[in-house]
Amino acid sequence: MSAVTSPARQASSGVSARTINRIVIYGLLALFALFYLMPLFVMLVTSFKTMDEIQNGNMLALPQSPTIAPWFKAWGETCVGLTCAGIKGYFWNSIKMVVPAVLISTLLGALNGYVLTKWRFRGHTLVFAMMLFACFIPFQSVLLPMATILGSIGRFGASLQNATGFNFGLGNSTVNLVFVHVVYGLGFTTLFFRNYYEAFPTELVKAAQVDGASFFQIFRRIMLPNSMPIFVVTVIYQFTNIWNDFLFASAYAGTGDVMPMTVALNNVVNTSTGVVEYNVNMAAAMIAALPTLIVYVVAGRYFVRGLMAGAVKG
Amino acid sequence: MSTVAETQIKLTPEHDARPGATVRSRLQDLLPKIVLAPSFAATIIFVYGFILWTIYLSFTNSKTFPSYDITGARAYQRLWRWTFESDPPSSWYTSITNMGIFGFLYILICLALGLFLAILLDQKIRGEGVLRPIYLYPMALSFIVTGVAWKWFLDPGLGLEQTLHQWGWTSFHFDWIKNKDFVIYTVVIAGVWQASGFIMAMFLAGLRGIDGEIMKAAQIDGATTFQLYRRIVIPLLRPVFLSAFIVLAHLAIKSYDLVVALTSGGPGGSAWLPSNFMYEFTFKRNEMAVGSASAVIMLMTLTAIIVPYLYSELREKPR
Repeated sequence: MSAVTSPARQASSGVSARTINRIVIYGLLALFALFYLMPLFVMLVTSFKTMDEIQNGNMLALPQSPTIAPWFKAWGETCVGLTCAGIKGYFWNSIKMVVPAVLISTLLGALNGYVLTKWRFRGHTLVFAMMLFACFIPFQSVLLPMATILGSIGRFGASLQNATGFNFGLGNSTVNLVFVHVVYGLGFTTLFFRNYYEAFPTELVKAAQVDGASFFQIFRRIMLPNSMPIFVVTVIYQFTNIWNDFLFASAYAGTGDVMPMTVALNNVVNTSTGVVEYNVNMAAAMIAALPTLIVYVVAGRYFVRGLMAGAVKG
Repeated sequence: MSTVAETQIKLTPEHDARPGATVRSRLQDLLPKIVLAPSFAATIIFVYGFILWTIYLSFTNSKTFPSYDITGARAYQRLWRWTFESDPPSSWYTSITNMGIFGFLYILICLALGLFLAILLDQKIRGEGVLRPIYLYPMALSFIVTGVAWKWFLDPGLGLEQTLHQWGWTSFHFDWIKNKDFVIYTVVIAGVWQASGFIMAMFLAGLRGIDGEIMKAAQIDGATTFQLYRRIVIPLLRPVFLSAFIVLAHLAIKSYDLVVALTSGGPGGSAWLPSNFMYEFTFKRNEMAVGSASAVIMLMTLTAIIVPYLYSELREKPR
């Protein structure tokens, strides 16, 4: 960038000024890289240390005698509230919640986006705007009514259980959370697909219609085969959001065996009974972070694109 | 797009000839709306209906359980009174003051740092492919994990302070996370750590979208690098600033988990944000009406920011 200055000055001090410039830039970039990496680094090394080493050693030092015992303890033995069976059960709770919630909300989003771009009707903009606004509301403003409704559904499920022996999933915390995440994720998934299909040539759809293809045939044979990129983006976005959710999880599945991973992790870390095992806490935090981190590492490009799509519309 | 052309479409020419044709074709016409209906209905009921429900509850005197007798704006009157109760601070006063501090610093620092890093990264850097993901990965983590990591890092007895003491800087003192006057700033630090990389990515995308010819022309005219960025590049990035602001404002008002995980609310609730206030009053302190009223205020604040933005975004391209 020093090439911008006048040619005379460039001749006399160009090389050294440029070099200094580069050193400053790289120095700053490296410094910030350290800032972003530090917490993860500390978390990672701490999770491989013994408690002895943590109390007597330096936070930034590498483990002297690395041990993976804290990871096993976090997974299978550590206490969450009063039960001491590790976080594995809660990890599976999260998986059982995330997979259906992501699939359902993504598929519905694809269908909505398809309708809102290729089968327009009067008022389609208003419908979209209303769904879009739903993405941005603070969930505190729907938290309590949803809790009331889920409570009634739970009671209904319990009476069904008494009457028929089945509760049909009514009142089941995982089912509740799947439902909540689908409902409040629809705005985003619809937004993603709507923007993507907006750029998709409408002539193809029209041509297929003329040929007599039905609504679902066009969706299955024309739209879906060309939607891979946006599916990846939406699935990653939804996966990250739902896996990381804490508010809904703590409000609707905040105690007992039904907690998702984030709530369980918060309980592990904030348990005040006995000696605080920092290495186990850090291992538990790493386990909670791994699924989204792996997604990020494997498909970071799509991850960023998803976040951007959520920010920059149209 | 070639796959589209190759895609075979089964023709169904027979459907006009049959007697049930009109019913079927009418059904076909309605099908798009039928497909969209459940999602739209869910939005109407579970978003707008529930918002109305919350507004209704805020005008009752609901305590532990919802009550449906309208008793007037008492909850709002209490919040209003608490707004000015600064000594000793009411939890509402603390929450909204914290919101102001946190919102302002979080948005400002994220924007500044994001832009700064994006400009640095845009100087034809070797290793950009390595640095970018390092700046960005915190966005993939849950606020709970971020909170756990920073809680450890900022703990005076375990983290940074202890480390610097061991390295010989024994006078170093950093206990913000345990200090009721400063705990909110630790939330800012962790929040900035998490979101600034993403803002950087937004600005970087914006920078890459700027026409190189404009830059070249300015350079030929003898503009210094600083002038180039101040007078040409940054004004061109205005739409990115707007989007980034919206994202950050929205994240800031919704922040709840970070305060819980990082500070457990801080000493005496000193790190609360309105979202924590709402949760605590609704579910723990049995003041449902007050909790609902605070949720309504949060919603109105966000609406004031989002609706004009969405309106302009959806109007810009008339279709």
